[in-house]
Amino acid sequence: MTRFEQPTIDWAALSPELVLLGGASLCLVVTLFLPWSWRRPFCATVAALCFIGAGVAAGILFAVDDSARSVIADAIQRDRLAELAQILVAGSGLLAVGASLGWERQERSRVGEYYALLLSAAAGMSFFVAASNLMTLFLGLEWFSISLYVLTAIAVESLPSLEAGLKYLIVGSFGSAILLFGSAFVYGATGAIGFEDIAAAAGGADRLLFVIGLALILVGLAFKMSAAPFHMWTPDVYQGAPTPVTAFMSAATKVAALVGTMRLLVTAFPTEARLWTVALAVIACISLAWGNLAALVQTDIKRLLAYSSISHAGFLLIPVAVGTRLGGRALLFYLVSYAAMNVGSFAIVAARERELARPVTFDGLAGLGWERPGFGIAMSLFMFGFIGLPPAGLFLGKFYAFSAAVDRGWTWLAIVGVAATVLSIYYYAGVIGAMYFRHSIEVRIAPAGGSPPRDWALSAAVGAAVVVTVGSFIAAGPLLDIARESVSFLGFPH
Amino acid sequence: MTTALILVPIGGALWVWITPWKNTRGPGGLALLLALVELALWVGTAANFDFGRGGLQFQTDTVWFEDLGVSYHVGLQDFTLWLVGLTVLVTAAAIGYGFWVGRERPGAYLGLLLFLEGAVIGVFTAQDLLVFYVFWEAMLIPLYVLIGVWGGPGRLGATFKFVAYTMAGSLLMLVAIIAAGLSAGSFDLADASRHQSVWIFLGFAAAFAIKAPLWPFHGWLPDAYRESTPEVAAVLSGVVSKAAGYGFLAIAIPQFPGAVSDWRVPILVLASIGLVYGSLLAFRAPDLRGVIAYSSLAQMNLILIGLFATNASGNDGALLQMVNHGLISAALFLLAGAVERRTATGQLGLLGGMARGRPMLATVLITTGVIALAVPGSTAFAGEFLILNGIFAQGWGWAVVGAVAIVLAAMYMLRLISAVLHEDVGSAVPVEALDLRPAEIGVIVPLVAVLVFLSFWPAAITDHALQLFGGLP
Repeated sequence: MTRFEQPTIDWAALSPELVLLGGASLCLVVTLFLPWSWRRPFCATVAALCFIGAGVAAGILFAVDDSARSVIADAIQRDRLAELAQILVAGSGLLAVGASLGWERQERSRVGEYYALLLSAAAGMSFFVAASNLMTLFLGLEWFSISLYVLTAIAVESLPSLEAGLKYLIVGSFGSAILLFGSAFVYGATGAIGFEDIAAAAGGADRLLFVIGLALILVGLAFKMSAAPFHMWTPDVYQGAPTPVTAFMSAATKVAALVGTMRLLVTAFPTEARLWTVALAVIACISLAWGNLAALVQTDIKRLLAYSSISHAGFLLIPVAVGTRLGGRALLFYLVSYAAMNVGSFAIVAARERELARPVTFDGLAGLGWERPGFGIAMSLFMFGFIGLPPAGLFLGKFYAFSAAVDRGWTWLAIVGVAATVLSIYYYAGVIGAMYFRHSIEVRIAPAGGSPPRDWALSAAVGAAVVVTVGSFIAAGPLLDIARESVSFLGFPH
Repeated sequence: MTTALILVPIGGALWVWITPWKNTRGPGGLALLLALVELALWVGTAANFDFGRGGLQFQTDTVWFEDLGVSYHVGLQDFTLWLVGLTVLVTAAAIGYGFWVGRERPGAYLGLLLFLEGAVIGVFTAQDLLVFYVFWEAMLIPLYVLIGVWGGPGRLGATFKFVAYTMAGSLLMLVAIIAAGLSAGSFDLADASRHQSVWIFLGFAAAFAIKAPLWPFHGWLPDAYRESTPEVAAVLSGVVSKAAGYGFLAIAIPQFPGAVSDWRVPILVLASIGLVYGSLLAFRAPDLRGVIAYSSLAQMNLILIGLFATNASGNDGALLQMVNHGLISAALFLLAGAVERRTATGQLGLLGGMARGRPMLATVLITTGVIALAVPGSTAFAGEFLILNGIFAQGWGWAVVGAVAIVLAAMYMLRLISAVLHEDVGSAVPVEALDLRPAEIGVIVPLVAVLVFLSFWPAAITDHALQLFGGLP
C-alpha cells in the first residue's frame, strides 16, 4: 500500500484566492440574516474590500517574491507573473463592483449570490493564472467558467440573459472538454502533468499524441480568450449578460486566459515552439480579420464591443505568438490598460442602459457626449485608445506588441495588426461620432424619465479606469519594469 | 522652454474645458488670452535663440521608458523655430476668429484648437521618433471632433475620409518607426544611424505624403477643407499640412539618403502632376473654398518638389514657402469665411462686385492674392524662385513644370479676386453687406502684415535657417 504523503501547503501563495473565497462565503451566508435594505450595501462593501484585499495580498507577494517556485506539491507556481495577473483580476473586479452597485437596485433578491459569484470567479482566475500542472489548470478554468455561466444568466427574468447563459454553458463546456481531452493526450504521451515535467519528458514522447494534445489544449484555451474561429459564443454572451457582468468578464477573462496560455506554452511546450508560435500567429490573424470585419456592421454597442474584444484577442496574441521576452512584457503591459478600458467602456454602456431602460445602440448614444460630459470624454478616451491613439496606455501596448513582432522578424504580423487597426477606426470613431455629432432629440430617444440618479460608484469606477488608462501611458517606464520582472524567469523559446 | 511651448496650449485646453463657464464670452476670452501668451512665449524664445550656433537648443531630455530606448526629448532647431512661429500665429488668428464669430459650445471648440496647437508644436519639436508619433496622432483627435461637430452638412463623410486616410498613413509610419528604432537600438533622432531600408523610408513617406498631401493621396482634402469651419480649415491647410513637410525635411530625407535618391524621380513626378493638377482644378473650382483647397494642394506639391531637390536652395525655398503658404492659406480661408458670412454662399457664380464700398476687404484680399500668385518682389516669389533654382540642379524639366504652375497660379488667383471683388454685383451679395469688421481686420491683417514684411526681407528666414541644409547631399 502506497503511503499518501500530505504536501506542505504554502498558505501565503493562496492568500488572494482565500480572501476572495472568504468574501464569497460571507456574502452568501450573512446576507440571509440581513434585512432587505442592508443586503446590497453589505455585499458590495464586502466584495469591494475583498477585491482590494486580494489585490493587496498579491501586491505584497509581488514585492516579496524575487524568484519563482513551485509550491503545494508543484501544483501552483508562486511567481510575479501570477501575482501581477491576480492584481489585474482583482482590479477589474473592484471596478466591476462599482459598475454593479446601481444595477443591483432591480435585482435585490439575488444580491448575495451575485457578489459571491463575482468573487468566486475572480478567485478561480487567480488560481488559473498560477496553475503549474494540467490538473490545476483545468480546475481553475472550470472554477471561474462555472461562476461566469451562472453570472451570465443571473437576470433570470430576462430572456436574453438566460439564453446567453445557456449558450455560454454549452459552448464553454465544449471548450473545457477539448482542453481536458488534449491534457489526456499530453499525459498519455509524456506521463506527466506538471508543466516542467512535460517539457522534460517531451523528448521521449510519442510525437503524434503529443502534438495532437497540444493542438487540443490550444483550441480549448482559444475558446476562453474568445479568439476566432473559437469566438462564436462571445457576441451573444456579451450582449445578453447583464452589462456589469460583461464588464468584468471581458476584462478579467482575457487577462487570465492569455497569461495562463503564455505560461503553459512557454513552460510546458518549448520543444514545440515552432508549431505553436505559428499556430497562434494564424489564430491572431483570423481574430483580427474576423473581429474587425464583423464589428463594422454592428449597431448594438455591447455587441460591437464584443467583436472589439475578439479583435483584441488577436492583438494580444501577437506578443504571445512571437514567443520572446519582449513579447511577454508587451502582453502584460497591454493587458493593464486594456482591462481598465474594457471595464470602463462597459460601465458607461451600463449607465446609459439604466438611463434609457433598453439596450444601447448607436442611436441610443446620440448626444451622450454633451449631456454627460464626463462620460463623453472618458468614452472618447477609451475608443481612441482602442484604436491605439495616445494618451491611452494601449497605444504603447500596441507599439510594444508590434515591436515584439518586428523584433522577432515577423514584420508581416505587425502589418496585419496595422491593417486591422485601420479597419477598426471605422467603428470606434463611429461611437465617438454617435456621442457628439448628433443630438438625442434628433433620433428621438426618450431617457427613462427625468435625470438619472447619480451613481457615484459607477462614476468612480469610470474615473479609476480613466486614471489607469492615462496613467499607464505617462508612467510607462515603471510599469514596464514591473512587466519585465514578471516574465524574467520564464524561459522564452526565442 | 520648448516643453512650455507644448504644455501651455495643452494645459490651457484642459483649463478651458473643465471650467464650468457661466459667461458665454468667458471661454473665448481665456482661449484667446492663452493663444496670445503662447505667441509671446514664442517671441521670447526666438529672441533668445542663438542662430549662429546650429543644432538643438532649449532641449529637454527625460527617459520615458528605457526598455526600448524611448525618451521624452524635445528641442528647437533654427528651421523648426519658424514653423512653430507659423503655428502660434495662425492658431491665435483662428482662435480670435472663432471667438468673434461665436461658435456653439465655445469652450469645447476653442479648447480643441488650443490642444491642436500644442500637438502640432510637439510634432515640430519632438526629437524622439515615438514622441513624434504620439504628437502626430494627437493632431488627429481634435481635428476629428472639430470637423465632425462644427463642420458643414457633409461633415460626417469628410471626417471619416480624413481620419481613414490619415490613420492608414500614420500606422504604416508606426511600423517604420518600430523597425527603424529597433534596428538602431534607440528611438532618438540624433542616435538614429542613416538607414538603408527602402521599406522604412516608404513607411514614413506614406504618412507624410498623405498628410501633405502628395498627389494622388489627396482624396480627403477637398471635403475636409470645404466642410470645416473657416478657422479650422485655416489651421488645417496653414499649419497641419506643414507637419508633413517638416516630416520630410527633418526625418525622411536626412535619415534615408539612399532611398531618397532611388525614389526621387517617382516622387518628383507625382509632385509635378499634383502641382499642375491642383492648379488646373483650382482654376476650374466653382467655389471659394475649392479654389483655396486645390491651390493648397498645388502649393504643397511645389514644396515637396523643393524638398526633394535635396540641396540648400531647394530646401531653403521649401521652408520659406511653407511659412508663406501657411500664412497665405490661413488668411485666404479666414477671408473666405468673412465673405461666406456676408453672402451665405461660397459659389463664385453668385458672388462679385464686393470691392465697391468695402475698401478693407478689397485691399486685404488683393494683397494676399497678389502675394499668393508670387508676383516678383513678394515673399512667395522668393520661395518659388529658390525652389525652382534648387530643382534645376536635378534637371531642367522639373523647373519648367514649376514655372508653368506659377503661371497657372496667377490665373486661378486672379480669377478668384475678380470673381469676388469685381465683375457685376453677384445675386447673393446683399447691398448692406458690411466691410471687414475691426475684429476681422484684427485677426487677418497680422497674417498679411507678416507676409508683407517677409516680402521685404525673406532672408529673415532663409538666412536664419541654414544649419541643417549645409550637410545634405
